[in-house]
Amino acid sequence: MNPRLTVATAGRVLKQVRADRRTLGLLMVVPCVLIGLLAWMYAGTRVFDHIGAPLLGVFPFVVMFLVTSVTTLRERSSGTLERLLSTPLGKGDFLGGYALAFGALAVVQALVATGFAIWVCRLDVAGPIWLLVVVAVVDSVLGTATGLFVSAFARTEFQAVQFMPAFVLPQFLLCGLLVPRNGLPRALELVSDVLPLSYAVDAMRMLTGQVDAAGDVGRDVAIVAAFALAAITLGSLTLRRRTP
Amino acid sequence: MINDQARAVVVDGLRVIRGSREVLPGISLSVSRGQVVGLLGPSGGGKTTLLRSIVGVQVVAGGTVTVLGEPAGSPGLRSRVGYLTQQPSVYGDLTVRANLTYFAALAGAPRGAVERTIETVDLRVDADVPVDQLSGGQRSRVSLGAALVGSPELLVLDEPTVGLDPVLRRDLWAMFHQLANDGSTLLVSSHVMDEATRCDRLLLLREGHLLADDTPQELLASTGAADIEGAFLALIENEVVA
Repeated sequence: MNPRLTVATAGRVLKQVRADRRTLGLLMVVPCVLIGLLAWMYAGTRVFDHIGAPLLGVFPFVVMFLVTSVTTLRERSSGTLERLLSTPLGKGDFLGGYALAFGALAVVQALVATGFAIWVCRLDVAGPIWLLVVVAVVDSVLGTATGLFVSAFARTEFQAVQFMPAFVLPQFLLCGLLVPRNGLPRALELVSDVLPLSYAVDAMRMLTGQVDAAGDVGRDVAIVAAFALAAITLGSLTLRRRTP
Repeated sequence: MINDQARAVVVDGLRVIRGSREVLPGISLSVSRGQVVGLLGPSGGGKTTLLRSIVGVQVVAGGTVTVLGEPAGSPGLRSRVGYLTQQPSVYGDLTVRANLTYFAALAGAPRGAVERTIETVDLRVDADVPVDQLSGGQRSRVSLGAALVGSPELLVLDEPTVGLDPVLRRDLWAMFHQLANDGSTLLVSSHVMDEATRCDRLLLLREGHLLADDTPQELLASTGAADIEGAFLALIENEVVA
């Protein structure tokens, strides 16, 4: 990997996002609207305090998954990927550039959404707030990594969008938000143990409930980061310099 | 015998199979340094496949391709070879300048390369316009600029002049020769036969076979044809008879 080329790629991706004001607006506003809606629905109960923070971890994952899988697919189908791989740009630089750009975007998104949840919707968080942002960013990098990987299996943007319900919804159903994971049928509990979103949600849940959660949260964050790294590695195998 | 230092590209027994079709059944040719070489022939004849093999992005079934002394696609070649794909492959949502700045960074081009390239492809007026808002001809010039911006030693250009107006085509061919005079080698594909006379040397490719590897003058002399199109037809008829 060459840091100069990685940063150049990240800069290019961010310029593309900046040129697309509507996407940028949706990235920042949609999580806040959904959190606001949730807070309003459960006004006067404790429910929002239980599920608000986990959702702060789910949104960046879903959004970055979608954005990355479609963008990478566009690179593949427009011929720019073939051109890039004929230049000195390494596969690691390409993937690293995307992870860096969307990671930066995720920091902003996480700050906006967390700020909105805490100061506008009065979300109660026992643990340190900065850790909430860290978890959200790691989740979004996981979304980026997974999106990069699955984009290799889509031929069209329609297919790429369909991968969202296929890859993300099962994880969402089993992550412990709807039914606590230890209350799931044994087989499903085992499945949820190997899905990264489960750990993302666990980390957020501990942050809301415990004051001194840093150690356990750190373990969950490390697991999510390991999943992201694995997805990036698998994704890099799908980038081929030579094609038939 | 030309020594290897004088040759930018040496293709030896190259075989490429795409799907169930043998696109190149074992082709051999070479391109001398410092020349503008035209790769001509009808669509579907294997031109793009040959160019992709030289750039090193094509899966090949056999044979060798040596570029600037190294096997095609070697990491060391990636900053020395510029490739223009047939479809414009640049970022439509970025401006002309942003596209060229990115490709310049990848190629490690010096300061000033971007502005110089914008002049070369005649896009000064539209430098800050997103590529999506440009015409087809302008888009292909941005893509050409992205291949030029790193000042590569070998330029592999797949139909760079399609859809461009005659004045710009003339200017681009003049620029190709200027680059060759400065020491670069250019391999330019086209299916427009009237561009052939602008090349130092011609490779005629049909159905994966090399029909001719000659200068335009010698080609006309040996076939007795009035123009390159006529020479091409004469060669095909000779091949059918033989």
